[in-house]
Amino acid sequence: MQSLVYILPEIFLFIVATVLLVTGLFLKNIKLINLIAIFSLLVTVILILNQPFQSAFLNSFVVDEFSLVLKVMILIGSIASLIMFVSSKDDLNINIYEFPILIIFSTIGMMVMVSANDLLAMFIGLELQSLSLYVLAALNRNSLLSSEAGIKYFILGALSSGLLLFGISYIYGFSGNTNFNLIAVNINPESLGLIIGIVFVLAGLAFKVSAVPFHMWTPDVYQGAPTPITGFFALAPKIAAMGLLVRFLFNSFSEIYIDWQQIIFFISIASMMLAAFAAIAQTNLKRLMAYSSIGHIGYSLIGVASFTDEGLRSLLIYLMIYLIMNIAVFAFLLSLKRNDGYFENISDLSGMHKNHPLRTMLIALIMFSLAGIPPLAGFFGKFYIFVAAIESEMLFLAIIGVMASVISAFYYLRIVKIMYFDEPREEFDGSSIKSLNLLYYPSSILIIIFFIYPSPVINISEYAIQSII
Amino acid sequence: MSEIPILSILIFIPVVGIFFMLLIRNNDDQSSQNLKHTALWITFLNFIISLSLLFSFDLNNPDFQFVEKYAWIESGISYHLGIDGVSILFVILTTMLVPICILASYESIKFSVKEYLISFLALETFMIGVFCSLDLVLFYLFFEGGLIPMFLIIGIWGGERRVYSTFKFFLYTLAGSVFMLLAIIYIFISTGTTDVETLLLYNFTTNEQLILWIAFFTSFMVKIPMWPFHTWLPDAHVEAPTAGSVILAGVLLKMAGYGFIRFSIGFFPDASEFFAPFIFSLSVIAIIVTSLIALVQEDMKKLIAYSSVAHMGFVTLGIFTFTVQGIEGGIIQMISHGIVSAALFLCVGVVYDRLHTREIARYGGLVSKMPFYSFSFMIFILASLGLPGTSGFVGEFLVLLSIFTVNTYFAIFATTGVVLAATYSLWLYRRIIFGALIKDDLSEMFDLTRREIIIFLPLIILTIFIGLYPKPIINIIEPSTEKIVNQIKMKLD
Repeated sequence: MQSLVYILPEIFLFIVATVLLVTGLFLKNIKLINLIAIFSLLVTVILILNQPFQSAFLNSFVVDEFSLVLKVMILIGSIASLIMFVSSKDDLNINIYEFPILIIFSTIGMMVMVSANDLLAMFIGLELQSLSLYVLAALNRNSLLSSEAGIKYFILGALSSGLLLFGISYIYGFSGNTNFNLIAVNINPESLGLIIGIVFVLAGLAFKVSAVPFHMWTPDVYQGAPTPITGFFALAPKIAAMGLLVRFLFNSFSEIYIDWQQIIFFISIASMMLAAFAAIAQTNLKRLMAYSSIGHIGYSLIGVASFTDEGLRSLLIYLMIYLIMNIAVFAFLLSLKRNDGYFENISDLSGMHKNHPLRTMLIALIMFSLAGIPPLAGFFGKFYIFVAAIESEMLFLAIIGVMASVISAFYYLRIVKIMYFDEPREEFDGSSIKSLNLLYYPSSILIIIFFIYPSPVINISEYAIQSII
Repeated sequence: MSEIPILSILIFIPVVGIFFMLLIRNNDDQSSQNLKHTALWITFLNFIISLSLLFSFDLNNPDFQFVEKYAWIESGISYHLGIDGVSILFVILTTMLVPICILASYESIKFSVKEYLISFLALETFMIGVFCSLDLVLFYLFFEGGLIPMFLIIGIWGGERRVYSTFKFFLYTLAGSVFMLLAIIYIFISTGTTDVETLLLYNFTTNEQLILWIAFFTSFMVKIPMWPFHTWLPDAHVEAPTAGSVILAGVLLKMAGYGFIRFSIGFFPDASEFFAPFIFSLSVIAIIVTSLIALVQEDMKKLIAYSSVAHMGFVTLGIFTFTVQGIEGGIIQMISHGIVSAALFLCVGVVYDRLHTREIARYGGLVSKMPFYSFSFMIFILASLGLPGTSGFVGEFLVLLSIFTVNTYFAIFATTGVVLAATYSLWLYRRIIFGALIKDDLSEMFDLTRREIIIFLPLIILTIFIGLYPKPIINIIEPSTEKIVNQIKMKLD
């Protein structure tokens, strides 16, 4: 019974979601439902901040500094995508009251993921999250692309869950336990079966964070899904899966890190390089952002691969900065609207600095930040990642990293080029994006002034990792 | 030391200026005129403040002055500013050139004035920051940050092939610099600090020095630029608007030369000594090859751009002799080149504004229509080829003097560069200014306006002043240079 107290935030969100699901049928006001959802997510943030650090359900669910920080980040991502939803629901043909509810369910799944300290809890969290995301991807029933995205994501996601479950069974079979800490205690470093298990679980998790070579779904799903949902894809699930990956690897397999380190090493390099080259040819902004996120995941995996405190810290710094940058980018994408609909091709941005000087200047700076140019926040994310890589003597990874970042600078610059150097087109709407400004301006200003006082982000990351190491 | 954080003020006045500019509307000619005035006053104010540095600067103190140090990212990486005799002149050069650039853009920039001026103010912040920072991470931040405004300046207000040029500029310099970033991180991990003052006293092992030196060199080599990685410079210069070329030649190239003096030879003396013959060879090749290339250019800006590469070759020659004269010569050469090449680009800008072409063949016989212009152009051309009595002579002379003491062969080859410089400069001058005025469209040309005279006057005075009486400049540079040379000698022994 005591255990239930420790999952109070999750329970609270679950109750809210269920109540909304029922009342939503009668209450036709989607805006109100969305507002309640946002409000309850905010309440959850407060609940999480006041939670005692404990482990529940026989240590299969832990509440610690790491989970606290990641949960707050996930909730910020969810809130951001709900705000995006409210500003665009009518025009995107997704005027469906289940949207906020599915987001909440998915958020619960992610909160379970980052707290999971047991293979089964991990799987439950992952599935709850994924099932909601499958539905969300296909939410726009009239759009062929959206349905395609949903189906594609579902089939590949189901496959990856299968792989994951297969790996879990191996790990259970060869260690006799499902709890991360107990696995660590009873680990047999010689056991080949365990390695096979790790490989399969990592394959499943790499799918969720969309790391190469399990990234195929990302561009299609990003493009097909309605933009607020794409934003959600980019913001929350990656953070949750990354948290899960860290806890899974660091808590249970720190003894045989040599074995999994090379896997992470490989997928990190592959993600950075593939994203850098593949994004160059993209014409659709959402597809481009998909490749961009693959690349960023590659960078943050360097933090995991280094297997040091420094690495974990840099991973968290990177994820926080990544979250803020993506909020800005997706809010920007949603503001590309003229009365006849939304625009998502890169060429649609042509010359927009003539009509929207301030908005363009900020997004150009965000692009420079994504490319990792100082003094913007993105640079600091990369800086810490490279510090971690060099500290654990993975110079090769660092060199590949900087080279990929130079190559990827090209496609970010291309966006800036099109916005600034090309001939202007018609003006975009300015009126319908009031709520987006709430996301857009704070996040881009945070990115720009980050260098003046970077300590809070660093301190938060240091606070978060103390429970993992 | 004074209590006022004067360096921070210098760095952040342009930032405050940007906020002001954001508040001013920009929808008609009147308001864009206001914007230009505002930017001009802000940068002029910055120039005046930077002059106060000169008065309170202690000439006998070789150490860093006006030091500010605050905790910044974490222990070891701090917000640490300070200038010594090596950097103070670069700061003043920067603050002097930026108002001139803005003044030079009064007529030529017709659209997006606000963004243009904001870019320039941001660029000024980064440039001053580079010369003031005494922390490697801070230095890198400013060094790379300057790419963003420069990318926009070339890309938006540039010429025909501006997109290609600006991408080339950006990616070249970025690709060079990231290795410096890795080197900085390595230094941070192995020594626990990126503080320049501490690191100047630190002894790296020889193997470390070699690798780190190469990493720093990659970045500075591209930026300064040295042959064979100079190809971005002519493109960038040709396509950039006049003011962009001025700042590129006047300040941005000097950041790399400054980096060589402060970091490459300061931190890694053994490696620098090891690589010195390599640098000499590259510099001499650069001097001769780019001078020859300059001879055949059809485009005025391209010619001056190639001559910049040759001039920067003298700078690197001087720096890597590790002698007081050599380094002093390098610094004076950079200052002089900062003034003279900036002025030459402004000269090109003057005729470009009137005729909208930079092709040398389109001009000829301008002396009869534009006497004042011909006079100022002559002074800068002569300074550029290093005529005694102009600033160009002092630097080149000191450099050649020092290289003679180190290696005669390199000195002989470098000296041929002086002859070549005279050839292409004077030939350029002859083709543009002298001859008969036969081309029809040239009959409409008018002489310098009052605004243009205001731009050229301080540059002419400085060029001649430094040429005739370089003592005050040398007095400023000497103590710090001696300290650097002594430190290197001590570390090498």
